Amino acid sequence: MAISTSTPPDGPSGTMPTGTDPDPDGDLLRRRTLLHRLDVGGAPYAFIAPFFVVFAAFSLYPLIYTWWISLHRVELSTLNLMEWVGFDNYTALWNDERFWNALLNTFTIGVLSTVPQLMMALGLAHLLNYQLRGSTFFRVAALTPYATSVGAAALVFTMLFERDFGMINWMLNLVGVDNIDWENNKWAAQTAISTIVIWRWTGYNALLYLAAMQAIPRDRYEAAAIDGASRWQQFLKVTVPGIRSTIVFTIVLSTIGATQLFGEPLIFGQGPNGITGGADNQYQTLGLLLYEEGWKNYQMGRAATVAWAMFLLLIVVFVVQQVVRRVLARRT
Amino acid sequence: MVRQKLRIRTRAVAAVSVVSALGLVVGCGSGGSGGTGGGKKDGKVTITMGLFGVMGFKETGLLDKYMKEHPDVVIKADVAGDEQTYYTALQTHLAAGSGLKDIQGIEIGRAKELSDTQKDNFVDLAGVAGTDHFLPWKQSQVTTTDKKVIGLGTDIGPMAVCYRKDLFEQAGLPTDREEVAKLWEGDWTKYVDAGVEFKQKSKGDKVAFMDSSSGLFNAMIYGHSQQFYDKRGELIYASNPVVKDAWKLASKAATSGLTAKLRQFQPGWDPGLANSTFATTVCPAWMLAHISEKAGPANKGKWDVAKAPQGANWGGSFLGVMEKSPVKKEAQELVAWLTSPEQQAYLFKKIGNFPSSKTALAMPDVVDAKSDYFSGAPIGQIFGAAAKEIPDEQVLGRKDGTIKDIFSQGLSLIESQNKSPDDAWKTTDQRIKKAAG
Repeated sequence: MAISTSTPPDGPSGTMPTGTDPDPDGDLLRRRTLLHRLDVGGAPYAFIAPFFVVFAAFSLYPLIYTWWISLHRVELSTLNLMEWVGFDNYTALWNDERFWNALLNTFTIGVLSTVPQLMMALGLAHLLNYQLRGSTFFRVAALTPYATSVGAAALVFTMLFERDFGMINWMLNLVGVDNIDWENNKWAAQTAISTIVIWRWTGYNALLYLAAMQAIPRDRYEAAAIDGASRWQQFLKVTVPGIRSTIVFTIVLSTIGATQLFGEPLIFGQGPNGITGGADNQYQTLGLLLYEEGWKNYQMGRAATVAWAMFLLLIVVFVVQQVVRRVLARRT
Repeated sequence: MVRQKLRIRTRAVAAVSVVSALGLVVGCGSGGSGGTGGGKKDGKVTITMGLFGVMGFKETGLLDKYMKEHPDVVIKADVAGDEQTYYTALQTHLAAGSGLKDIQGIEIGRAKELSDTQKDNFVDLAGVAGTDHFLPWKQSQVTTTDKKVIGLGTDIGPMAVCYRKDLFEQAGLPTDREEVAKLWEGDWTKYVDAGVEFKQKSKGDKVAFMDSSSGLFNAMIYGHSQQFYDKRGELIYASNPVVKDAWKLASKAATSGLTAKLRQFQPGWDPGLANSTFATTVCPAWMLAHISEKAGPANKGKWDVAKAPQGANWGGSFLGVMEKSPVKKEAQELVAWLTSPEQQAYLFKKIGNFPSSKTALAMPDVVDAKSDYFSGAPIGQIFGAAAKEIPDEQVLGRKDGTIKDIFSQGLSLIESQNKSPDDAWKTTDQRIKKAAG
């Protein structure tokens, strides 16, 4: 499930004994070579084993068990009483309009937050890439929102977006706009939640882009400048193509993140309204639907079904992205 | 990487907690002890407590007082701010058979579910000495079908109407609490009528008559013995005239612009109190502390309390002792002490949690209590009278808490989403069927 950016080292070849030790005892030699082979062939597996053991215990097993639970009708207070219902939970979910509503909300909030976020990150990274005085300060500053907890960020934004006494409505009043009911208006609520996500992740993505940008050779820019390319043209023709794979990587990450959006809308609504994503479910995401089924209605079977639906959805999204990436790669 | 993991956590946590809970059921089912954190060591008894909200035991120093009187007892209390979070954790712990405290708080909305499904996990408190002083209906709420008592009562929530004298005066309505009570004596419809008059007469429409329609809805249904469920545990909300009438009147208030469209205890409500955006709110006794804190010193003396049209009970809690506790006896003694008339009267005086003990209701500390903040209102008298009007039988249901939330949201659909009352009712009905089915 985890996507790793760094490529693993080629194995402990550098420290390998070279095997030129002239040992007269053949038996010992054979045993040594066996040990040696085990060392070379087995050690890497031993090194990566902890991850896979932990993965099996904390990811694979829960995944399978969640699937098992999703085939039952079971309540949180009586987890020992499980009633087999087969795929009933899945068909019920398919016919549940809340599921489609949550799916659509997850998608719209995902687009509303991811697109501006990555655009702004790209622009910010481009600016940070210039020779600046105190550039470290700005880079750290860009990362600060990422370091704050979802809870704190969402809470502050909830106060900013408050209907009667929030700062954002107060500022809108100054330019003659009437109070907006941020929580109860569907698009206003989704925009507000996207704002929290954008605020938190823009700097993080900007730093990823910045790192990639710095790997672009300077002479490309010089050559472009000699050819008379403006800053903007340099950005479009040199920078963006140079960091294409990083862009794809951030899109993958952001999509996964958006699919699982949970904390921001939960805290934005606060109390019972947060769990249901507003009185009219106007900003209920799949994550919130899962939470509502499991931790408000205490129906574990149905919650597990939502979890599995999300998992399958992520696989679909992942496959689609692979296809898109391949098509893009073929074009270049 | 980090980012992805963080987001993945939501689903992973969900999955892991279900699974680990199940794993623990299997693992500890036969394990025996389980443990609740408490125990005896070196002559000292440690008792652990799980509480929520402002039950007052820790906040007013009652626990410290008990420890002073009993030098061999150490009490460790965990207080969760939010009852919903608390109850979810409690359910998980009950299912897992671990992570419980010796003493667990029980909110009234959960009393029925716990006494129906978890009675074996609680100690029977029916025969504990010196606990025959409760209001008759209070004890019956946590009594199981086989007469087991799983908790002892802490507070109850008799209701009145808190109102702003200054805003009433501006609107040309009476300000004296006796006269104000006469405005709506005996009938909640008159309370809404007073709101219509208030709206017509008050200058400008910055100030609403009441904070939210759900407060009114709650007050109306809680004045009757049956609300969402009947005695056999069947859902009757859809046909119960009590619920229908409350829905009608509350949605009338919502559609005629009498409310400030706020949700109680949610963002916007507190600043609404501080900035005076509404003139009245239906207030159970325990809400007074919240109002005075959030409305702040600037509004001191502007608030007053008047008798509600009809007595009703909103809220109240219990303390239960876990069967698994190694210090059952000591924990029972502590619970009996904490819920005794003296301590209940003390808590009322300190933070306004209204006693559920008959004996405490007659004590001078309660009878003569006045609130400085609320213009010296004789709150002991007002809430005491309201407590007497509460019906002697209160039928609770398994999903009472959840259904109450769904009704609040249904009313908010009318108030803030401009849905018609009929559409909102349909949505509410569907949601309840999903949640309780």
